[in-house]
Amino acid sequence: MQPNPAIIAPLFIASLVLFAASLYRRFRLVRLGQPEERFDRLGARFRAMLVYAFGQKRVLRKPFGFNHLVIFWSFIILLLANLEFMVSGIFPALSLARLPASIYGPLLTCFDIASLLALAAALIAMIRRCIFPPYPEGRTFEAYFILTLIALHMAAFFGIHATEIALGRATVDAWMPASSSLAQLLGNQREPLLESIASGCWWLHAVVLILFINLLVPYTKHLHIITSILNCFLRRFELPNSQPWEEFAAGRSYGAAAVDQLTWKDLFDSFACTKCGQCQNVCPAGITGKPLNPRQVIYDIKLNLQRNGAALQQGGAAAVPLIGSAGAGSVAEDAIWACTTCGACMETCPVFIEQMPKLIKMRRHLVQMEAKFPEELLNLFENMEQRSNPWGIAPSERSKWHSILEVQPFEAGKTEYLFYVGCAGAFDSRSKQVTLAVATILNAAGISWGILGKEERCCGDSLRRLGNEYVFDRMAQENVKLFQEKGVTKVITQCPHCFSTLQNDYRQYGLELEVIHHSQLIDELLQSGRLKLKQQVTDLGRLVYHDPCYLGRHNSVYTAPRQVIATATGSAPLEMERHHNNSFCCGAGGGRMWLEEFLGTRINLTRVREALAEKPDTVCVSCPYCMTMLEDGLKDEQAGQVRVRDVAEVVAEGLR
Amino acid sequence: MLIVACIKQVPDTTQVQIDPVTNTLVREGIPFIMNPFDTHALEECLKLKDRFGCRVAAISMGPPNAEATMRKALSLGADEAILLSDRAFGGADTLATSKVLATAIAKLAEQDEIALVICGKQTIDGDTAQVGPGIATRLGYSQLTLVDRIEELDMQGRRIRVRRKLEGRHEIVEAPLPALLTVVREINRPRYAKVPMRLMAGTAEIQLWNNQILQLDATTIGLKGSPTWVSRIFSPERTTGEMLGDGINDPVGAAGLLVDKLLEKELLAL
Ligand SMILES: Cc1cc2nc3c(=O)[nH]c(=O)nc-3n(C[C@H](O)[C@H](O)[C@H](O)COP(=O)(O)OP(=O)(O)OC[C@H]3O[C@@H](n4cnc5c(N)ncnc54)[C@H](O)[C@@H]3O)c2cc1C
Ligand code: SF4
Ligand code: SF4
Repeated sequence: MQPNPAIIAPLFIASLVLFAASLYRRFRLVRLGQPEERFDRLGARFRAMLVYAFGQKRVLRKPFGFNHLVIFWSFIILLLANLEFMVSGIFPALSLARLPASIYGPLLTCFDIASLLALAAALIAMIRRCIFPPYPEGRTFEAYFILTLIALHMAAFFGIHATEIALGRATVDAWMPASSSLAQLLGNQREPLLESIASGCWWLHAVVLILFINLLVPYTKHLHIITSILNCFLRRFELPNSQPWEEFAAGRSYGAAAVDQLTWKDLFDSFACTKCGQCQNVCPAGITGKPLNPRQVIYDIKLNLQRNGAALQQGGAAAVPLIGSAGAGSVAEDAIWACTTCGACMETCPVFIEQMPKLIKMRRHLVQMEAKFPEELLNLFENMEQRSNPWGIAPSERSKWHSILEVQPFEAGKTEYLFYVGCAGAFDSRSKQVTLAVATILNAAGISWGILGKEERCCGDSLRRLGNEYVFDRMAQENVKLFQEKGVTKVITQCPHCFSTLQNDYRQYGLELEVIHHSQLIDELLQSGRLKLKQQVTDLGRLVYHDPCYLGRHNSVYTAPRQVIATATGSAPLEMERHHNNSFCCGAGGGRMWLEEFLGTRINLTRVREALAEKPDTVCVSCPYCMTMLEDGLKDEQAGQVRVRDVAEVVAEGLR
Repeated sequence: MLIVACIKQVPDTTQVQIDPVTNTLVREGIPFIMNPFDTHALEECLKLKDRFGCRVAAISMGPPNAEATMRKALSLGADEAILLSDRAFGGADTLATSKVLATAIAKLAEQDEIALVICGKQTIDGDTAQVGPGIATRLGYSQLTLVDRIEELDMQGRRIRVRRKLEGRHEIVEAPLPALLTVVREINRPRYAKVPMRLMAGTAEIQLWNNQILQLDATTIGLKGSPTWVSRIFSPERTTGEMLGDGINDPVGAAGLLVDKLLEKELLAL
């Protein structure tokens, strides 16, 4: 039945050579990127590949994830079948049929069932995409084309095998239930017809296969069937909690304004994207109508790389700018500034693409190389550099919050913990109340703690997320030096941004601190009995908890604040629709706290409405930015009767 | 063609307190900044540089630590920075200050033709707004104060037309070059330094000019050349008014007291 190898062999060999060449071309494009280490911790990497690529762990979390798992595994199984198809086409002697029937038979069963499942799954996927597209723009020709070819490929497989069985040429027909059933339907057809169906299906199978390896895999999102497996291997293990360190020296450039200023992993990401759209479905900026779509950002990087690759490889300049409003292949500045660095995109991406850090790299370029940023930031940057706080308040006012409370200065040996109050805790009048609550709790539990007072400086979080790495770097160095001189080892913070920066970002400066968020410490104190409440807190009514991105997603602290609330009030907090790692940003992260929200609707309103859906009396937070955003949002929603309380305030209530 | 920005390094006054006993400024540990109005003066120079390609020189009279502010000027785009520093210049009032600055500018004019000198409207520490006019008078330049917009600058025709921001009105004035401008904040939005420029400025040369270079009569500069002296600095006492409640720890309570007070005085009607 097989056509003459003299025709087939050159065709298949050419196709395979072309396939290798196009993959190599992709590989060379990726190599344009800057170096980055992704081959450490090999054991963990292989595990990640097994769990997330072969186990499809993140894919399964989503609707129709199982359908994808079916296609994925069918493809893996059919890889062998297709390999055999090509090899035996070239060398008819090298056929699996020569294996003993006891091995060949079960193999055929696997192929047969896998093909049937893949056919069904492809059809389901097509219908699903019609009715509930994964994202509104998801009904693309590309997606349907790929699914159609998958279905055709499977249909051709059955055509080949059913006719083979019907013609009585199959050696082990009993092993192919699906093909045999089809063969029965074909049974009474005349032989010439069967012959022509057989050869028609063979050619269909061959052509679809060639289309797969020479068109779909190298040139469409279907490349992900190779790259996404590797991307799980190349994943980063830290949560999305820090940004890469940047070295400042004469002659260097900073951030990324061209694809070759991104790292090779950034470029690889763009080839690994499956266009599933999950990142765009969780992005608070995109959801509220800002021109940021993390899926599109990744795709634009890929387009940009493809358009500029040849020029860059020859040492030339890029023709399509990476940043700008040039359209396809460029990321608009408004999109770059819209990111709240909430990390939801990275948390949800099934194949570990790192969208947010790429945006920060572009911010770094804009701020550091072009001094181009939304105008509100000029004041912020000057204030941070000049007075080490976002508001530009005189540093001497840092200790004003404790005017009514006796507070020790931190002294190594005499005080165990440094209470790093943070800018909001020291200057923002609402947050100062939280600071006092934390101080009251620490005293009630007999903790030995002190503060840096006027010597405390901003941690620099906003600067780093806004791309002003240069000033962040200087502030971080000063802080690290101060902490080292003072002998600080254990730090309590009441702001997740300070918490994450001190704990994760300063590690890049050689400072290993034991940083504890107040909710964690209070939890520990309550659990161990060191902190005893005088009364159960009953007057806060229905209480819903909001996860701050920099405590939850960026640092995996989810249970401590909930447990604290449960202990203090006697019942666990209510959950909003999106919570824990799916929580929805308040809108203030990534330095957005200091920016006007001119585009789209306001993120805090979306979140407040979600909170109000639980009919709460109190919204409980554990971050000063969330506090501001949610209080403002509640006022705007005319829901002023709903209070916002920090977990510390809830507990302090129980100490009265 | 050269444009000169006069820049003074001043203490960050939001952080300055007055010693209640000695009635002098407590300057210890207070960081210094570029006088805010002068950031606008420099920005205007840099904008003209972008437009006409002329060179920009930043000059300042001050102690050696004013070097930091000069580096900032370089990082923003000034082509050269000249720091006029000498013990003999110390303790100067506006008269002596403008004399030293005018002499230095005249010296720069020997090397390159000067089109404009731009000063801030005033400083945030001395606050006199006299130095700019002093320089203009000494050099015989056109004196254009309180400028909030350069309407037109004709380098060939050597004329400038500016808009002055006066109380409740604007005034459009045209004058021949060279001119000295003092500018208000509204004139522009200062730029932010790019990192490569900052790194460059960190190691760039700051020219130090002392009185050996300027060769001024020592009795006409510094403390000796200053007829003005400060007899007392003090914070004015509050004679009337009162603090209501504790706005920091009980804002709602304090607001309540305020409303009551306003109602009582019939300043607020319900
Ligand atoms: C009330 C008062 C208190 C003073 N206290 C002290 C004191 O405690 N210690 C002390 O040493 N001196 C003191 N001085 C002295 C001194 O007179 C001024 O600081 C100085 O002469 C500049 O005047 P000004 O700051 O008012 O500048 P203004 O006339 O307000 O400045 C206008 C513009 O002139 C330019 N300019 C001013 N000064 C300089 C400069 N040095 N370099 C470059 N450009 C400049 C800037 O562009 C500035 O924006 C005091 C003066 C006064 C009036
Ligand atoms: S980090 Fe958050 S705001 Fe930024 S792109 Fe990702 S999902 Fe959107
Ligand atoms: S970046 Fe990840 S989550 Fe977003 S579309 Fe691509 S694969 Fe899906």
